[in-house]
Amino acid sequence: MDRKSNGLYDPKYEHDACGMGFVANKKGHKSRKIIDQALEVLVNMSHRGATGSEEETGDGAGILLQIPHNFFKKEMKKKNVILPLAGEYGVGMLFLPRKRSVRKKIFSLIKKKIKAEGLSLLGWRRVKQNRDLIGQQASDCCPEMFQVFVSRPENLSDKKYEIKLFVLTRLLEQAVFDLEFKESFYIASFSHKTVVYKGMLKPGQLEDFYPDLQDSSMTSSLALIHSRFSTNTFPSWERAHPNRYLIHNGEINTLQGNINWMRARESLLESELLGEDIKKLMPIIRPGGSDSAMMDNCLQFLHLAGYSLPRAIMMMIPEPWVNNKFMDQKKKDFYNFHSCIMEPWDGPAAVAFTDGVKIGAVLDRNGLRPARYYVTSDDLVVMASEVGVLNLESSSIISKQRLEPGKMLFVDTRQGRIIKDEELKQRIAQQQPYGKWLQKNLIHINELSEKKNQCVQDSKDNKNNRDKDNRANSNLDHKKSNCVKNTSQKEINNLLKKQKMYGYTFEELRKILAPMAQKGIDPTGSMGYDASLAVLSEKPQLLYNYFHQLFAQVTNPPIDSIREKIITSTMSNLGSEGNLLNPKPEDCRRIRIESPILTNKELIDIKNLNSRGLKSAVFSIAACEKKLKNDPQEVLNELFLQVDRKVKKGVNLLILSDRKMKDKQWPLPSLLAAAGLHHHLIKNGNRTRVSIVLESGEPRTVHHFSVLLGYGLDAINPYLGYKSIQDIWERDMLEGLDIKTAVNKYRKAAVKGIVKVMAKMGISTVQSYRGAQIFEAVGLENKLINKYFPGTVSKIEGMGLKDIMRETLDRYQKSSRKSMSGTYILKSGSSFNWRKGGEKHLFNPETIYLLQQACRNNDYNKYKKFAEKIDNHYSRRISLRGQLEFKGKNEEVPLREVEAVENICSRFKTGAMSYGSISQEAHEALAIAMNRIGGKSNTGEGGEDENRYTRDKNGDLRCSAIKQVASGRFGVDSLYLKNAQELQIKMAQGAKPGEGGQLPGKKVYPWIAEVRGTTPGVGLISPPPHHDIYSIEDLAELIYDLKNANSGARINVKLVSKSGVGTIAAGVAKGKADVILISGYDGGTGASPRTSIRHAGLPWELGVAETHQTLVKNNLRSRVRIETDGKLLTGKDLAVAALLGAEEYGFSTAPLITLGCVMMRVCSKDTCPVGVATQNPELRKEFKGKPEYVVNFMKFAAQNLREKMAELGFRTVDEMIGRVDRLQQKKQKEYWKLSNLDLSPLLFQPALENQSMRYCTEKQKHELADTMDNKKLVELARPALEQEKKVQYEFNINNKDRATGTILGGKITEKYGARGLPEDTIEFHFYGSAGQSFGAFIPGGLTMKLTGDTNDYLGKGLSGGKIIVKPPENISFIPEKNIITGNVAFLGATSGQAFIRGKAGERFCVRNSGLQAVVEGAGDHACEYMTGGRVIVLGETGINFAAGMTGGIAYVADVNNDFHDKCNRDMISLEAVTLKDEIKFIKNMINRHIEYTDSSYARNILKLWKEKKLDFIKVLPDDYRRMLKTIEKFKNDGLTNQQAMMAAFKENNQLEIRGTGN
Amino acid sequence: MGKTTGFMEYKRVEQPERQLGKRVKDWKEFKKNITRPEIQKQGARCMECGIPYCHPGIELNNGVSGCPLNNLIPEWNDLIYRRRNREALERLLVTNNFPEFTGRVCPAPCEGSCTVGLNKSPVAIKAIEKYIIEQSFQNRWITPRPPAARTNKHAAVIGSGPAGLAAADCLNRAGHRVTVFEKEDRPGGLLMYGIPNMKLDKQKVLNRRINIMKKEGIIFKTGIYVGRDMKVTELQNKFEAILLCGGAEKPRDLNIPGRNLDQIFFAVDYLKASTKAILGERKQNSQINAAGKNVLIIGGGDTGTDCVASAIRQDCKSITQFEILPEPPQERQKDNPWPEWPRILNKDYGHREAEAVFGSDPRNFNIKTVKFTGDDTGSVNQVHTVQVKWEENGKGNYEPREIKGSEKKWKIDMVIIAVGFLGPNDLLIKRLNLKQSSDSSVWTDKSFRTNQEAVFAAGDMRRGQSLVVHAIDEGRKMSYEVDKFLKKKF
Repeated sequence: MDRKSNGLYDPKYEHDACGMGFVANKKGHKSRKIIDQALEVLVNMSHRGATGSEEETGDGAGILLQIPHNFFKKEMKKKNVILPLAGEYGVGMLFLPRKRSVRKKIFSLIKKKIKAEGLSLLGWRRVKQNRDLIGQQASDCCPEMFQVFVSRPENLSDKKYEIKLFVLTRLLEQAVFDLEFKESFYIASFSHKTVVYKGMLKPGQLEDFYPDLQDSSMTSSLALIHSRFSTNTFPSWERAHPNRYLIHNGEINTLQGNINWMRARESLLESELLGEDIKKLMPIIRPGGSDSAMMDNCLQFLHLAGYSLPRAIMMMIPEPWVNNKFMDQKKKDFYNFHSCIMEPWDGPAAVAFTDGVKIGAVLDRNGLRPARYYVTSDDLVVMASEVGVLNLESSSIISKQRLEPGKMLFVDTRQGRIIKDEELKQRIAQQQPYGKWLQKNLIHINELSEKKNQCVQDSKDNKNNRDKDNRANSNLDHKKSNCVKNTSQKEINNLLKKQKMYGYTFEELRKILAPMAQKGIDPTGSMGYDASLAVLSEKPQLLYNYFHQLFAQVTNPPIDSIREKIITSTMSNLGSEGNLLNPKPEDCRRIRIESPILTNKELIDIKNLNSRGLKSAVFSIAACEKKLKNDPQEVLNELFLQVDRKVKKGVNLLILSDRKMKDKQWPLPSLLAAAGLHHHLIKNGNRTRVSIVLESGEPRTVHHFSVLLGYGLDAINPYLGYKSIQDIWERDMLEGLDIKTAVNKYRKAAVKGIVKVMAKMGISTVQSYRGAQIFEAVGLENKLINKYFPGTVSKIEGMGLKDIMRETLDRYQKSSRKSMSGTYILKSGSSFNWRKGGEKHLFNPETIYLLQQACRNNDYNKYKKFAEKIDNHYSRRISLRGQLEFKGKNEEVPLREVEAVENICSRFKTGAMSYGSISQEAHEALAIAMNRIGGKSNTGEGGEDENRYTRDKNGDLRCSAIKQVASGRFGVDSLYLKNAQELQIKMAQGAKPGEGGQLPGKKVYPWIAEVRGTTPGVGLISPPPHHDIYSIEDLAELIYDLKNANSGARINVKLVSKSGVGTIAAGVAKGKADVILISGYDGGTGASPRTSIRHAGLPWELGVAETHQTLVKNNLRSRVRIETDGKLLTGKDLAVAALLGAEEYGFSTAPLITLGCVMMRVCSKDTCPVGVATQNPELRKEFKGKPEYVVNFMKFAAQNLREKMAELGFRTVDEMIGRVDRLQQKKQKEYWKLSNLDLSPLLFQPALENQSMRYCTEKQKHELADTMDNKKLVELARPALEQEKKVQYEFNINNKDRATGTILGGKITEKYGARGLPEDTIEFHFYGSAGQSFGAFIPGGLTMKLTGDTNDYLGKGLSGGKIIVKPPENISFIPEKNIITGNVAFLGATSGQAFIRGKAGERFCVRNSGLQAVVEGAGDHACEYMTGGRVIVLGETGINFAAGMTGGIAYVADVNNDFHDKCNRDMISLEAVTLKDEIKFIKNMINRHIEYTDSSYARNILKLWKEKKLDFIKVLPDDYRRMLKTIEKFKNDGLTNQQAMMAAFKENNQLEIRGTGN
Repeated sequence: MGKTTGFMEYKRVEQPERQLGKRVKDWKEFKKNITRPEIQKQGARCMECGIPYCHPGIELNNGVSGCPLNNLIPEWNDLIYRRRNREALERLLVTNNFPEFTGRVCPAPCEGSCTVGLNKSPVAIKAIEKYIIEQSFQNRWITPRPPAARTNKHAAVIGSGPAGLAAADCLNRAGHRVTVFEKEDRPGGLLMYGIPNMKLDKQKVLNRRINIMKKEGIIFKTGIYVGRDMKVTELQNKFEAILLCGGAEKPRDLNIPGRNLDQIFFAVDYLKASTKAILGERKQNSQINAAGKNVLIIGGGDTGTDCVASAIRQDCKSITQFEILPEPPQERQKDNPWPEWPRILNKDYGHREAEAVFGSDPRNFNIKTVKFTGDDTGSVNQVHTVQVKWEENGKGNYEPREIKGSEKKWKIDMVIIAVGFLGPNDLLIKRLNLKQSSDSSVWTDKSFRTNQEAVFAAGDMRRGQSLVVHAIDEGRKMSYEVDKFLKKKF
């Protein structure tokens, strides 16, 4: 099989995640036992790794250990080689080609190189392999492995010797790379301290495969181990971890930027230690490696160039320091200073690293990966993704901890101790007086005008010119202060002319810019995007529009930049970087900017700079029309040349500007100029010497800014955006604002929007987002990409540089025309709101009319007319499918032989639209319709009313067949899960991938609140990520959990199309999803930021094709069904989807239209006039839809598809799946933009391997028979299940027992419904370390008690059950100071009780809506997004407590007197606990806690209750308090509960509710 | 957007009208302006739809749906809500040269397809349009603004109806030299003589606009019937482009016995005489006057209504109106769904006036005129009718069947025929040797070019009898083509 990219698959998208860990003796005692223990840990995390299509082929496993000297000595002696003393030789672990002749060539090459480096070859050793035990795939491509032994020259320090070996490694890699067989050559390790054994193995195979590892003379005092879960299954031995210095569980989101920036820095690097050798080490980051390998490259380089390992790690993965109130100043200074010399490697990560002597681990700034560790009394330190992976005597454990976000665990085996994070970092932070350096050199942008007099020495001429400039620029600022509105007509005309030139529209000004200035947020829109892709549009497009935002899904989480803003940072530095390897005070001679969007004043200050180390110059990006048209490349080259000249003269602040242009000049698209220059400077090694600032009229919306920053710009001054805001303000279109506030709000909205775009990719700092190129292009030629946007994906080739210029010039020329009325008039603009003569939209007056009439009157002819319009008229300028046509018409079959409409309808679904976003009437009409035709409707995110689970009198069923499980988990309980035929995990949504959502309080009507298990009138937040899915192995876990909750339901994972979605889908298939949904970017929405609706994600055509191709290539296709959705309307749409590889089809917008939707696009405003997308009872009366209409539509679509099938000669849909050979690209020569469009990657047909299938033919093996539930629990609980008799049993448990109790819980729910059994009917007691998701979704009546500890996701979705966790009795640690349960416990719990003796990890009780819990301490972000329930925390908490909490109450004992600072008080208030009832409640809960867990800590609290009760602080959400009060008030007035809720809700709606700006 | 909940909070308010009893005594406009606070509420009712069905002007089920001019209705509705009259005017003028005309005479297909109209009364779009433009006149925002530069290309516009005026206006603004030829004594075409003064005031509204156009440099030559009073070749020599906007003036006739009796007139002639009379030319055609007569108007369209209202103002003795079609339903029928043009019963101003003056709606439906009979002087004095029933003919079309025994005689002194138009006058077509479409309209290609070089045609003359908005739209579109043509040609 080939690894090369073809079609849409590209190996560069491969992601991995995994289980990882290390075992070390902190005193450095070497033993065989350490290796055994490491291997045991590895095997016990098998479920975190994955296997490919073949069960015996693993994704990768490996171990890094100290050089086992005794073993090597013994082995080499057999070959008559006497090795020197330990440490006096180096060992290289080489993967080599299997062909002997080739190997021979390499051997001689290696010999030569060793000699050339002044070393001598001591000997070779062939590493024994046991290939019989491994899978065929792995075996087929298994390399030969040899260890090479080289001498150590005298007088070479350890460090220098390590460098020598590093240089040798690099030279060998380079040399072999130059030969032809680079593919099968790899150096796993080459060191005198460590050696790596790894391969494409399952964890259990590692030891068997390498007989070396079984040898009793093998010893080490430390070992890193790693088991890999990769989204790809292409065989790769080298991609297994460990790399040479680290192992990594996570993903680097900013990789492309990090690579580019390191590359850019190379020319400035100098090192005494490395000397001339440094050149041999370039490029620092080897292309083609995985993100972990690249990170390893960087770490190895920094370390060998002189940085200690922890320091290098601190530079690469800094803690979030900008907003950290608790950080020590010295440490802050350290990070602050280093932010001037290097950007963070950002992304979820647990990294463990070692140099063979010291070993450590660190988590990313947000703590998005689990890592727990034990320390034992016999000096053992065991760190791993899970607890319970090593069988240890519980009495020997002296500490059980978790790795905290940003914190480092560090063991120095030479010193023989664990060095605490604080001590370690303090020591490093104090190495230099960073604070002083900063004080002296770093200038805040606000200080510039003050410092100007001291340090700016302007020549007089310049100054005069600049002053004039300043006056012009500061015009705005001047006006701000005076608030005068007196712009002349001439000025207005000039403004309009410029706006027209840059393509501003009336729509954009009013619908985007004005709301930004008014509200300070990027405005939202509804109903998705149904207009043209940029490359297909007949209207001139801005270059930005060709770039689509990437986003995180599955392999890493998007982050919540609002609720977790503590970890985000928008600051950056302007000026020159120095030598990364030798930081000097001058290196922070930089300007600190708080936001990448500069005000006019800030820009002027920068323009005026001309001092030591900071010198600016302005470069025009305009040129005359002829030049732009005929030779745009030359224009860019001239710009680059000019820049190079000035850079030589010491200019380091480059200002690209189009503010002033000469007559007949037009500007280059600013993105082209900026990205082109960025890459030009990277190539010539100057990029880190300078900063690039753009002063342009072109960028004005969030997407524009994001693309510019993403392609390397340092800062932007959108002067025309400001000017436009001023104009809007002068026209009195902004209510109640002064101009200064308006402009500030606009700027704030822009920055907030950028942060959101970053966050959806999981990036938290602007510094590392810059240049990270988190975009992909659609329809741009690769030549253009490679030259100006290298590293960007553009699967569909199309327009080149000249075409871009043609389009741009076309807009410029038209802009100079006045309207017939003699003035400049802005075009209406029609990207969202349809206008005659504007952008084409699939939905327009004509098509909506036809579709509604067809479905209402059951008129298939009219539907055909509709389909004809869509297929032949609209699609061709809107969608990729519109560019495709069928081929090979001569095999027609008679229509009657084609499978029936009814059959086809079973493949149909309606999209996930929550009850809440649409009305009950609409929601139920969809369900009834789909149930009538045997299709499936989808609950969406909002839960479902229980009364819909039984049939109506007329036989209709209002139960949605698909139950969605989204990040908010609203209404997701045991009963809900049980009543599903399919469970859909929404990883992303087409209209806003990577984002959460928010249902404002005004829309949470009492009936909505009831179904969602929340309070009426209180806003609800769906977080951007699922907090139990930060990686692929987490998703696999949730799939497993849900399958346990309802084994009869198919598990569907909803993804959004983007490049690389195929590899993600491969991972999801390996995670055992039954269906994978690939949603198009154009999917609908109730409310999403307009930026996302249009610019995030890709058309489904690309995603489906890539997914299908990748799964076929991986032999995984037969295991899963592929579903797609995104404005599917006609039989042709369906046929194209099928031919590209999709088996099931989802519809949302079309069925809504049949029910009456007229595309008002006001779903978010609760004013839908046709009663579809509203809860307003008055408007709901206007709902005129009927299930029949939806049924008609589905039947028409099926019939229309049948006709296409007949035409194409297919009798069944299955036959069609993946038959891309029956599609071809339409020739559309009549439109110039399409003349180079090339869809061939879409139409690539991967070869089918033996027995592999083009569609799904088999079922996933979920292995539920192996669960503890099925083996023991269910059987033992039978008396309770059948006769409600009490049962009690005890069990041992370990971390491989996952989702324990869930199947049993499901059985209870099945029989007893939502209420379950009476409390404590079943009491099961477990001993040991429980696996993930212990007690997930268990209902009332089931009590699960655990003595030991648990991993992540304890009590996920708890639905009434009771969970008790406590440590064993014979412990040597203090429970309340140690971690007993992992991260994200009780996520989305809806009811039940929990008592935890000890501390919980991060995110305790996130999205809890009804659980009552007692815990003795909690990590960061506890009670986030909570909407109900009661949580009592008896000890300390982490930071960001109660972020986004809108309901429920927490009582926290503020033992350290720092809770006020640790709490996120955006939405809650803190108060003393004074009510008698409350005090009683707390005391009562503590009493029960003691009863259940025997907590001495709690006992002590009660002992000193009088004093201790004062510690408790009540955390109460503001909205919740107000609603509770109001409801209470109405109840006192004599209303029933129901009435009171409605009355309170109505009263609440009169209030202006604070928008939280999601 | 207006106010997002505006459509739920406010009710539609119609343009206020003068008291029925009083207004029939004079010829002044019968509608008054809506007040400022009220108009703001009306603007707030607009939902600013994702798809504004008021705006497209498409053909649905043989009727126009939405504004044929593609007026940017949601944009100016919102601006009116926000009290930004000046900006509203800007957006209004993007598509419409003469909102003061359409704001008065347009039957408002926009309102017929307004989304609020789905289950409530539509937004008062027409009233808002009129408000915007009248406010602007009042505020002196509409002033002559001659083009900054002239191209010195000459264009002749034949006919000064809405199409001709729109074309002339656009071309003039583009800098060309425009001369408008009008065969009548006053410019305005149908706007002058086809629509009575109480609907569109000749002096205060029509001439106000024409005067501005004159000041902007457009030359109006009235009383010149090109082809009769001026040779076509002369025109062709003097002008680089000729724009034909002669309308579809040929009235459809009723060829039934007695048609040649006296006191049977076409509506165009009647309305023209009536307007001329009030403009101070009572002498001419003074025998066309309804005073003291029993008047019958045949035809139930807008023109018929205008005749009704005019006859009332001329103090007719009684008024009767015939419509061969059945009485439209009160509400939309299933085969006439939103956003189609609503085919529902509409009591227009003339009918209300007749009711006020004579006590009943003058309209009779399902009635077919069979013959006229006259008195000794040769004047009509009796009209014979029969009731009809509309039945499907088996081919999907409906045909009227006479109902036996329903014959009736009506005592009538004057008959006005208002049953539509057939097409343009022949004279110019012959002189210029123009190709015609099957319905006798002037043929053009998509760029409004006739078969003759440099000769363009638009409006009713090209597309057949239609609405004023269509005419303006045609004039605009043609002028765009002519502008391109003129710029390219030299």
